[in-house]
Amino acid sequence: MLATDLIYSIAGVALFALGLRAALLHRTLLGRILAINICGAGIFLVFVALGYRGPDLVPDAVPHALVLTGIVVAVSATALALALGRRLREAGDE
Amino acid sequence: MVVYLWNLLDLVLAGLVVALGWAAVASADLKRGIVLFIAFGLLLAIIWARLNAPDLALAEAAIGAGLSGALLLAALRDEPHTGDVIGFTRGPVAWATTVLSLVVAGTVAWALLHAHAAADPIRLADKVTVHLEHSGVSNPVTAVLLNYRAYDTLLELAVLLAAALGIMAVGPARPAYKPAGPLFGALVYWLVPLLIVIGGYLLWVGAHAPGGAFQAGALLAAAAVMLRLGGNPAAGLPGPVAQRWLLVCGVAVFISVGLLVTVGGHAFLQYPHGWSGMLILLIEIAATLAIATTLALAYVGGTTPASQGTLSEQQIKNHRASD
Repeated sequence: MLATDLIYSIAGVALFALGLRAALLHRTLLGRILAINICGAGIFLVFVALGYRGPDLVPDAVPHALVLTGIVVAVSATALALALGRRLREAGDE
Repeated sequence: MVVYLWNLLDLVLAGLVVALGWAAVASADLKRGIVLFIAFGLLLAIIWARLNAPDLALAEAAIGAGLSGALLLAALRDEPHTGDVIGFTRGPVAWATTVLSLVVAGTVAWALLHAHAAADPIRLADKVTVHLEHSGVSNPVTAVLLNYRAYDTLLELAVLLAAALGIMAVGPARPAYKPAGPLFGALVYWLVPLLIVIGGYLLWVGAHAPGGAFQAGALLAAAAVMLRLGGNPAAGLPGPVAQRWLLVCGVAVFISVGLLVTVGGHAFLQYPHGWSGMLILLIEIAATLAIATTLALAYVGGTTPASQGTLSEQQIKNHRASD
């Protein structure tokens, strides 16, 4: 069962990298915010995969709590970024 | 044999999640990208369940996929001309960025492989289990969030408050939606009470099973999104003054509890023996309200007047004209 955490942590690294690349290359603000969210999800995946201890053991609750915090912080950062983007566009239109 | 089947499932899930993530960011049509992102979040929720993290699965489905997706779609509605804009940098810069990303990925993957091959690490998990009976709750994730690492959660609520203040500062609310037709209206009337009840249940059950303030707050915010889509301009939020009280109540109650326990000679946020369960519930109730208000406010896009039952005729006329 050792392979499980490895499979998901490698998938997390792949998500992080493709999110990073897209965040740098996207020209639209919305596209960048979307890409940063994917990037963050990759980091969460690495974290939770490392907390997995096989089917018989209770998983490590500390990374779970940190990722839960991270999910909420990510959505509030996304909301603030979108609000700022909206204001920027309105300022550009004026 | 069973082990191999599980690993096959892992490979399929991991491959799918990477493919969906790729499709979401590589899509030239932003709307398509956002819908793929929502699907990505739901798949991630399944992966959290697979990795024995049901608390995260609930939060991801409600917040990561649901509310983030709703926020992005609402923002897309503001954009005057998207869909036809293909916004990718190309040429040598794109190549350099790709190489950079690959180098970063390779380095992190190499480090992970080495960490994986190393001896069994020292984990905090055992400490969590040993002290769980003194934490006041029996769900280890809630114990970490509101007892062992209560500072983190307090600061997280402060981050939410800061985001809410930023959103209130930069702009007025988005224009409201048209009142819902009979079919969607009926769905709203059924779903909103259900979401509120499930939110209350998750808040209560979080003490000893998956759930807690974040999931409960997200569900209440989902109810607000439903109300707003149904044509309620304030998304069910109370008036501006009450909104401000709800926004600060999470941080305020948390700090008050932390300071009150110092009167009895304890350290800041060190709950007295036997009182932890009650104090955690008190903090979680306030946190749920603050989280729900913040997320609903983020969806609305700014402060709104108090909820009205229906839109005025003039407002409806304006919306029809603007659509």
